[in-house]
Amino acid sequence: MAHDHDHHHHDHDHSELSETELRVRALETVLTEKGYVDPAALDAIVEAYQTKIGPRNGARVVAKAWTDPSFKQALLDDASKAIATLGHVSRVGDHLIAVENTPQRHNMVVCTLCSCYPWEMLGLPPVWYKASPYRSRAVKDPRGVLADFGIALPKDTEIRVWDSTAETRFLVLPMRPAGTEGWSEEQLAEIVTRDSMIGTGLPTAEPKAAS
Amino acid sequence: MNGVHDMGGMDGFGKVEPEPNEPVFHAAWEGRVMAMVRAMGAQGAFNIDASRFAREALPPEVYLSSSYYKKWLLALERHLAALGMAGQDEVAAGHALRDGAPLKRGKFEVDDVERIMVRGSFGRDAAAPAIFKPGDKVRAKNINPPTHTRLPRYVRGHTGIVERINGCHVFPDSAAHGRGENPQWLYTVVFESRELWGDDADPTLKVSIEAFEPYLEMI
Repeated sequence: MAHDHDHHHHDHDHSELSETELRVRALETVLTEKGYVDPAALDAIVEAYQTKIGPRNGARVVAKAWTDPSFKQALLDDASKAIATLGHVSRVGDHLIAVENTPQRHNMVVCTLCSCYPWEMLGLPPVWYKASPYRSRAVKDPRGVLADFGIALPKDTEIRVWDSTAETRFLVLPMRPAGTEGWSEEQLAEIVTRDSMIGTGLPTAEPKAAS
Repeated sequence: MNGVHDMGGMDGFGKVEPEPNEPVFHAAWEGRVMAMVRAMGAQGAFNIDASRFAREALPPEVYLSSSYYKKWLLALERHLAALGMAGQDEVAAGHALRDGAPLKRGKFEVDDVERIMVRGSFGRDAAAPAIFKPGDKVRAKNINPPTHTRLPRYVRGHTGIVERINGCHVFPDSAAHGRGENPQWLYTVVFESRELWGDDADPTLKVSIEAFEPYLEMI
């Protein structure tokens, strides 16, 4: 199999895709034959990220913080520790930091160097989070990036961008939207979108579009 | 290294394009690549820092023109070949041509999956007290190592304020290159937009990075 990726492939997306597929299969066969991995264990990893680990975990944490002031304080003090007390949500590793949006300050999370992201809270990151436009612009022109998401913040709101350059991970605690008074934690979790926990979205008192 | 992966502040990449109802993987092979990288890392073939460096070290034109998981695949192949764990000739043949090398934690089995669903801890005991404290004015050093570093170019030489101490962590600049964990204090350092981007910058913007102690000097 050829290992160069000549430009002619770019005109044939389908053939390039199948070449990549073959190459991935070949690598998996080699790793299996060498006794490094059991393919069934790889199946289990893929399945976990497709079915168990996703933004719902983070949404439940946010909903809890919106309804329980002492949990919210604990979350802001030490997010890893606070979430560990909610055994039913998700197990979470160390170094998670929750940052709170307020009327004065909006938080946004990026990884300019690669794709660091709170997997346990939000699942695997979306393509845009890992792609060049977001990684390049978030630290210089966050209002322009927010406009790409259809969001305009007041001109005097401070925007704080957290570049995840180490193993600390950040979860944005969005503001609870008006019109949700008296809602249960479960109802609130339904409106907490993935993007609102990255800082590129705002929750509204409407059912969320899947994202 | 001063690679194209270090993108903060670059122009010309265009609009951010969110995909409604985005699937977790866009093709089955993406999931296989992600799982192979996680599995080989978990068993000790490489650490997360070496794995990141393998992706940064892809040729710039490949890095910029490959999809995310394609980068992971290409870097994994090169990395395993460099470690003597799987040759590119074997991938080309589609079969192992030689016996496997020993893996620190043995074969990755179904029972190992649960363990990797929670991130490991990167916190370590400190050899010395932290030099900086919240409120200190610091400068990000002007360093340009050809090796792995987590100090992005856009802050080098600029002045910021220490905001938090996040513990003492494995130092990626050492760990990526087999030079041990060499734990260092980790800080959140915040920069004013005008300090980074000049007088025309959005005055409401502040940007923080997570900075290891060796990246910083007191002003």
